[in-house]
Amino acid sequence: MYDAGKVIIGLIVFLVLITFPIWYNVASGKATYVPELAPAAKGTACVADTEYMRANHMDLLNQWRDDVVRNGIRVYTAPDGQKYNKSLTLTCLDCHNNKTEFCDKCHLYMAVDPYCWDCHVIPEEVR
Amino acid sequence: MGFDRRKFLKTAGLAALTVAGTPLKSLAQDDSTVIEAVTEVSGLPQEHPITAKRWAMVIDLQKCAEHENIKDCARACHEEHNVPHFDNTKDEIKWIWEEHFEHAFHELENEHLKEKFTHTPVLLLCNHCDNPPCTRVCPTGATWKRDTDGIVMMDWHRCIGCRYCVAACPYGSRSFNWRDPRPHIDKTRPEFPTRMRGVVEKCTFCEERLAKGQIPACVEAAKNDALVFGDLEDPDSKVRQLLKDRFSIRRKSSLGTQPEVYYLV
Repeated sequence: MYDAGKVIIGLIVFLVLITFPIWYNVASGKATYVPELAPAAKGTACVADTEYMRANHMDLLNQWRDDVVRNGIRVYTAPDGQKYNKSLTLTCLDCHNNKTEFCDKCHLYMAVDPYCWDCHVIPEEVR
Repeated sequence: MGFDRRKFLKTAGLAALTVAGTPLKSLAQDDSTVIEAVTEVSGLPQEHPITAKRWAMVIDLQKCAEHENIKDCARACHEEHNVPHFDNTKDEIKWIWEEHFEHAFHELENEHLKEKFTHTPVLLLCNHCDNPPCTRVCPTGATWKRDTDGIVMMDWHRCIGCRYCVAACPYGSRSFNWRDPRPHIDKTRPEFPTRMRGVVEKCTFCEERLAKGQIPACVEAAKNDALVFGDLEDPDSKVRQLLKDRFSIRRKSSLGTQPEVYYLV
């Protein structure tokens, strides 16, 4: 290999530069950042446990959507027997009424952009 | 020959009876449990839903023209469902609206038509046809006729805004959101979603109110029983009584869409 020293140094500089965002975030502590979500304004129990909701709320909401709109099943029975109205605006946002600090904060962190609110109304915003 | 033809037929008949009887019995049981489960719920939709085999509406033209009934009905509906208001007719969104008799019933055009009729305002809305042309053309299944009660439903989640249904509907009952409707809604009700740009919308016979046990908003707003809503399959229902006693017309019935909004003249 010609100019092995220069090439290897160049490669190392390149690798450091390209992985710089990772090192920078680790060094500045941003890598360990986890969004702190606003606690529910009221209610003691959610429609399912926190772990499940954190990972699968989008599937649950899709299920609710199909049940209500297409099958006309509007009541959800939670594992603890409690019954709920299958409604994003009226049930979910009733307790989790701080959309900016609950929904948006995590969606921003995860870089997802759900289009629920293109149509579904946030009660806080219209009152 | 231990098993002759006669014996075979007897056995087969008995077996068929047993098989036919079982699902009927289990179905009946299923129904009762479903109803029980629903009535247990309190303060929720479906606690006391209003159901029918075939929803239909009967509109009395003369009564409808009185008491500003048409404006009241349209206002009630559009406020209930967050329907935007645009000043230009190109962008207009309408679920229920007023039209002149000769436009609503152009098939009955007649230059010597009794003057009373030519000036009669007619309340128009989705006819919830028995044979809806709009649902047949929808490529995504965003609109369909509900098997249980005949309501022509809309699923705004699935609508991709192709507007085939707008073209297919012979009654002009469907409106397309050319613009973002939100800034044009006077007062948004959080209980009902708005729509977004690029989605078709129309009257749904207030299926969300029926599920809660309420009659449609326009029927509630109409005074003097100008609008009557009921089950066409129930011979004792008020709609059936009215259709039996009075002469009624439907819009463009010659097209074979079987509209389920009847007008009493």
